[in-house]
Amino acid sequence: AALKGGLRSQVSAALKEGRVTPTELCQRCLALIKSTKFLNAYITVAEETALKQAKESEERYKRGQPLGILDGIPVAVKDNFNTAGIETTCASNMLKGYISPYNATVVQKLLDQGAVLLGKTNLDEFAMGSGSTDGVFGPVRNPWSYSKQYKEKSVPKSHSEDEDSNWVITGGSSGGSAAAVSSFTCFAALGSDTGGSTRNPAAHCGVVGLKPTYGLISRHGLIPLVNSMDVPGILTRCVDDAAVLLGSLAGHDPKDSTTIQDHFKPFELPNLTDVSKLSIGIPKEYHAPGLSSEILALWSKAADLFKNAGAKVVEVSLPHTRYSIVCYHVLCTAEVASNMARFDGLEYGHRSDKKESTESMYAATRREGFNDVVRGRILSGNYFLLKQNYEKYFVKALKVRRLIANDFVKVFRSGVDILLTPTTLNDAAPYMEFIQEDNRTRSAQDDILTQAANMAGLPAINVPTALSDRGLPVGLQFIGRSFQEKQLLTVAKWFEKQVQFPMIQLEEVKRHDHSVFQHQKSASFS
Amino acid sequence: LAPWIPVVGLEIHAQISSNSKLFSGSQVQFAAPPNSLVSFFDASLPGTLPVLNRRCVEAAVMTGLALNCSINKKSLFDRKHYFYADLPAGYQITQQRVPIAVNGSLSYSLCIDNKMSQMVTKTVRIKQIQLEQDSGKSLHDDTRSQTLVDLNRAGVGLMEVVMEPDMCCGEEAAAAVRELQLILQTLGSSQAVMAEGQLRVDANVSVHHPGEPYGVRTEVKNINSMRFLAKAVDYEIQRQIEELENGGTILNETRAFDSKLGCTVPMRDKEGKQDYRFMPEPNLPPLILYDAKSLPANMNHQQVINIDWIHERLPDLPSVKREKLVEQYGILPEHSFTLLNEDGLAEFFETVVKQTQMKPKKVIGWILNDLLSYLKQHSLTVKESPVSSFLLADLLNLLEKKAISSTAAKQVLVELWKGEGKTPLEIVKEQKLELLQDQKELEQICQAVIDGQENE
Repeated sequence: AALKGGLRSQVSAALKEGRVTPTELCQRCLALIKSTKFLNAYITVAEETALKQAKESEERYKRGQPLGILDGIPVAVKDNFNTAGIETTCASNMLKGYISPYNATVVQKLLDQGAVLLGKTNLDEFAMGSGSTDGVFGPVRNPWSYSKQYKEKSVPKSHSEDEDSNWVITGGSSGGSAAAVSSFTCFAALGSDTGGSTRNPAAHCGVVGLKPTYGLISRHGLIPLVNSMDVPGILTRCVDDAAVLLGSLAGHDPKDSTTIQDHFKPFELPNLTDVSKLSIGIPKEYHAPGLSSEILALWSKAADLFKNAGAKVVEVSLPHTRYSIVCYHVLCTAEVASNMARFDGLEYGHRSDKKESTESMYAATRREGFNDVVRGRILSGNYFLLKQNYEKYFVKALKVRRLIANDFVKVFRSGVDILLTPTTLNDAAPYMEFIQEDNRTRSAQDDILTQAANMAGLPAINVPTALSDRGLPVGLQFIGRSFQEKQLLTVAKWFEKQVQFPMIQLEEVKRHDHSVFQHQKSASFS
Repeated sequence: LAPWIPVVGLEIHAQISSNSKLFSGSQVQFAAPPNSLVSFFDASLPGTLPVLNRRCVEAAVMTGLALNCSINKKSLFDRKHYFYADLPAGYQITQQRVPIAVNGSLSYSLCIDNKMSQMVTKTVRIKQIQLEQDSGKSLHDDTRSQTLVDLNRAGVGLMEVVMEPDMCCGEEAAAAVRELQLILQTLGSSQAVMAEGQLRVDANVSVHHPGEPYGVRTEVKNINSMRFLAKAVDYEIQRQIEELENGGTILNETRAFDSKLGCTVPMRDKEGKQDYRFMPEPNLPPLILYDAKSLPANMNHQQVINIDWIHERLPDLPSVKREKLVEQYGILPEHSFTLLNEDGLAEFFETVVKQTQMKPKKVIGWILNDLLSYLKQHSLTVKESPVSSFLLADLLNLLEKKAISSTAAKQVLVELWKGEGKTPLEIVKEQKLELLQDQKELEQICQAVIDGQENE
């Protein structure tokens, strides 16, 4: 039976009515994972436990006692979240084979609501990167590389060239999760977002990527990159599904002292029809150098969309935007240097064979366990934290961070409700082109539009908007006020409805009777 | 030769007496099987986060108040980075920027020239008290070229009390630490038993000539008892003086006290200056404390610590207890010091006083001279005394009633030490130690003695 639309509106009903069973859903997803293995989206597939969870869910549905909307829903989790009994590697040699004894709070919440955990998704090593290309298990391939839409538009450079060599990246660092959702192997996936790591791959893979307000969702069990900026990210195929996930994950966690104390109330998204009371801000600094003319045009078109619907659309300024990359670099590397200090091979993880002394064991373990990117950031971070440098760099960066955050405060105080910006500068680059520059350069380039939201702790969401000339997804970003996810998602949902982003046409999916996953097809936005 | 002024400061780590650790729920217990009290957070498993233990904060506030400190209503946590086997995360969470309490003072007393009758009161300034994590323990097994790591202690809460360099010698240092120990034990914020590692003292020592700036200081570690503290400090002072008088220089280094040799030696792995790369702890928001004025009306009681509430409930500190003893019982100040210095002795004294008609001023002599010296001779604590307060009171009552002489009383006491369960009265009867009250009988005995003499 055709299940159109999202979790709340369609899938949940189908499960309740028995039109499809959790086991069937799980099996289809597992089969699809197998047939899309070339995407390299998954590091670990937990087939046995997933089927067991599906079976238990089925029992509950039979008794008429499902735990909620998520009961029986197959989900995937980025491999930097702790999952008890299932390997957690962070795509690093340091944690290859590491089996955590506990579940991250967000994982536990999903399981407690009956979600079926299919497996752990691929990422850049320790979430450092913007391409999902720098993990020890190899790069993730963007499912759109194999879409009809992309193939139609791509011109082979030479006839001897392997069709396979011009596949495009997913973006990162939550590329595996984005690809998993995009290729229909799961209904939702968890990512993490520190500088854009959920929104960036969401944009490139044509899925919804939500970065919640810092402190709304627990980080307990999320292996940290930058503790003061990390958030668990939510990747889904539609905005409403993101709201469902948010509702099941948000709220105070006594195990995470940075979560808000206030009680969180899950919400249903209203179907906004009247946007006339809305004020949309267009930050001029987000017309960044390198922004493709295509995306610029799309952004402009979106602004017009709101204007024509009656909303107030104003140009605003976030003057300190251009300092955010450097500021981020200092703060991020400093925290990385600190957070990675625990990886010494002593208590868990990779341990080198070098035994002459504790120091030599530590040094060899860390050299063997970490890739260049991680080691580079550790060295930079330690440099910035040296006593003689601390004021000049770290404290300075904290002050600049405050200025960046204040830019947003001022704009929101002036009456703007939501900011509308591009998410990425370009559509997804071919892998061969992407790896021409190093990780640091790429991260600096790609994070520019997403990072400031992490600095300020604000909620932000990527909504797939249209296909580029190359047939690849382009998304736009909405940034909202602190803890105003309801407003943010409501506006995002309205926009999503307006643009009608096309469904990916994947051979592999066709083969697996994608009627389960179909969205409504209609005229696309571009 | 110009005189030298020694300058001594102290850094004291007191283990907080609490059920669980500073940032995790694992238990705090001495001498448990290795690695049996280690939570995921203590083991630094990736993804774990610190959660502040309320009791530890209360202990620090109590201690700060008892030491006359200003309690910082907002204090911060920081990471101090270094690599060592007993530090699983590669950093310690401490309070470097803004600690929980600052600018206090501690008064302590010394006897001048070893005479108990001349006590002088001194004060040392308390720079600050900070909350921080204890590290685990690493044991170096050189024969097998391995290091054994026990993380039971990793993450236990510590209060670091920093005493300004207001002391001048080993005796002062020891007296100050002793007083701090008594205060901590009275508050219950730390059991402060040095032998169990609950109280660790590092001394900062330097010497200089009067009128000149302070000399280079060394840090002395590995001091395991109060006795060694005085020895270590005095040795180091002497060593520095000799070094300087011989034309040498003092290095700003860390030295360990070798109790067997009675000297300080440079510590090998502390050579070179460490840059701890301090950084704010991002997983812990600032610690906010309230007082009666600033307490918000609708706040959850569980989430809030009220400094004034804690202040109102502080027990009598040793100095106050001593004053009360002097006032209530008319004993000398130096007596009150000894009473409080010995665990349980003050209670013993008071119990005896309650059960006897003998004046406290007289009782104290028996307590301090007879009871205490016996206990010391046999290395017993007051709790282990074979003579209970009841027995002693019984004995003193006999003396008060003039049923026996004081000489006889001492004889009875000797017997009582044997702990054979006999009462003082039984012993008196056995040994025929009763004082004769009958005048006539006395005359008869004397006469008999005189007569006996005349016959020789």
